[in-house]
Amino acid sequence: MSYFSDIINGTKTLLTGMRITGKYFFVNLFTRKYVITQQYPDNIDTLKMFDRFRGEITLYHNENNEHKCDACTLCVSACPNGSLEVFGDKKPDPETGKNKRYLVKHIYHLEMCTMCGLCIEACPQDALEWGQNFHHVQYDRSKLTKVLNKPGSKLMSGIKG
Amino acid sequence: MVLNIFTDIHNLLLEYMSEEATHITELILIAAAYLGIFAILGLLLVWLERRVAGFFQLRLGPNRVGPFGLFQTIADALKLVSKELTGTVKADSQLYRIAPYFVITTALMSLALIPFSQEIQAFDINIGLFFLTSVSSIGVIGIFLAGWASNNKYSLIGGMRTGIQMISYELSVGMAIVTMVVLAGTLQISEIIELQKDGWFIFQGHIPAVIAFMIFMIAGTAESNRVPFDLVEAESELGAGFHTEYSGMNFAYYFLAEFVNMFIIASIAVVLFFGGWLSPFGITDAIPFAGLFWFTIKVIGVIFLFMWFRWTFPRFRIDQLLTLEWKYLLPINMVNIVLMALMVWLGLTL
Repeated sequence: MSYFSDIINGTKTLLTGMRITGKYFFVNLFTRKYVITQQYPDNIDTLKMFDRFRGEITLYHNENNEHKCDACTLCVSACPNGSLEVFGDKKPDPETGKNKRYLVKHIYHLEMCTMCGLCIEACPQDALEWGQNFHHVQYDRSKLTKVLNKPGSKLMSGIKG
Repeated sequence: MVLNIFTDIHNLLLEYMSEEATHITELILIAAAYLGIFAILGLLLVWLERRVAGFFQLRLGPNRVGPFGLFQTIADALKLVSKELTGTVKADSQLYRIAPYFVITTALMSLALIPFSQEIQAFDINIGLFFLTSVSSIGVIGIFLAGWASNNKYSLIGGMRTGIQMISYELSVGMAIVTMVVLAGTLQISEIIELQKDGWFIFQGHIPAVIAFMIFMIAGTAESNRVPFDLVEAESELGAGFHTEYSGMNFAYYFLAEFVNMFIIASIAVVLFFGGWLSPFGITDAIPFAGLFWFTIKVIGVIFLFMWFRWTFPRFRIDQLLTLEWKYLLPINMVNIVLMALMVWLGLTL
């Protein structure tokens, strides 16, 4: 008797499959709700990347234009292909009078970066983080070399130099 | 109204030439018109397929060229026309070149029997359905020749599989048609449609008609070599199957013929089960072009079912394909014919 139960089972499973795909089709036909593709060049202004997207390396700045980088250059030694260059300098701290390291320039070569994220893992201060910017196209390669610390930014208080 | 146009053209031609010449000219005009229908149908159905596939796969499908991407397939066809026709050195060049024409010629011949509306049917003979099934069997020769003449192992395997598949499933298609012919009592397509004025055959023949419809849809999918019965092309195993070696317009012939064959099978289903160009309950009988409208709507509905199958089911293995036909469809079909005959004999049809 498995002959007839096979037919019935087969039909049932086929109809289950058709119900699922049919739901996708008719919802997409009228509302485009399940459509997951992006109409890329059209929505370039409104397109938002998800939180874990690895767009580029950025240096975190708070609202007072303060960053957490003390120029220890651990990120530079962690980078496998030399995408980062950090220039620091030393000046006496006004409170303790000791020489303290501070960041002058944090240079990021986007054209060499493979988005491996090792610099972010290496940073003891969690100063670096992922940015969600995806539109990196430039006509000139030199424009891909970026200075990460914003002009006039200072070290956040509470970070040891 | 359409008839008036036709008679106007007929009278106009008669003014300028003799009766025989008029007849020949009309035949040529109709042939040209059907070639146009063939091309437009093929292109439209390819567009529809890609668009529907997009929605099934959570995409949008072609939507850039023209409104709703309608001109995408025209652009593709232009590309194919402009491409070089290549072939292999060791191919049997004569057979290789002739093979696509078998496929499109049979598709065109079948198209002539399709009743687009009450007035628009090029060729209405008393053995219409018989003619249709016998003509569409010739198409397999084109595919078989292509597989053989390409001198390519993948093409050959594809061609052999076509032979197995088409010969097997032609039985089921034929017997599903026979079931409905038992109910109709005629093979002439226009008469079959006239008989459905009181109710479509799927309602008149209820249980056996529904079974016949399901068998026809399964076997029809196999006949048009579509997924889940696309062992002939089986991209993951055979490259492109029988048309691996074809390029440019020769490839396009196969491609268009496949879609036109799908249209033909959908039209037969509409004629046999859903009353052809008849409107539901005769609501638009008075309007002249309504037949064309209803026929198109119904055919697109059936074609959508084919597409639904295609984007849902995975491909069969060759042994599963044959098991389905010889162990399931054929015995059920035979019992179904007897059931239908009994119902007609006892007057149990609605």
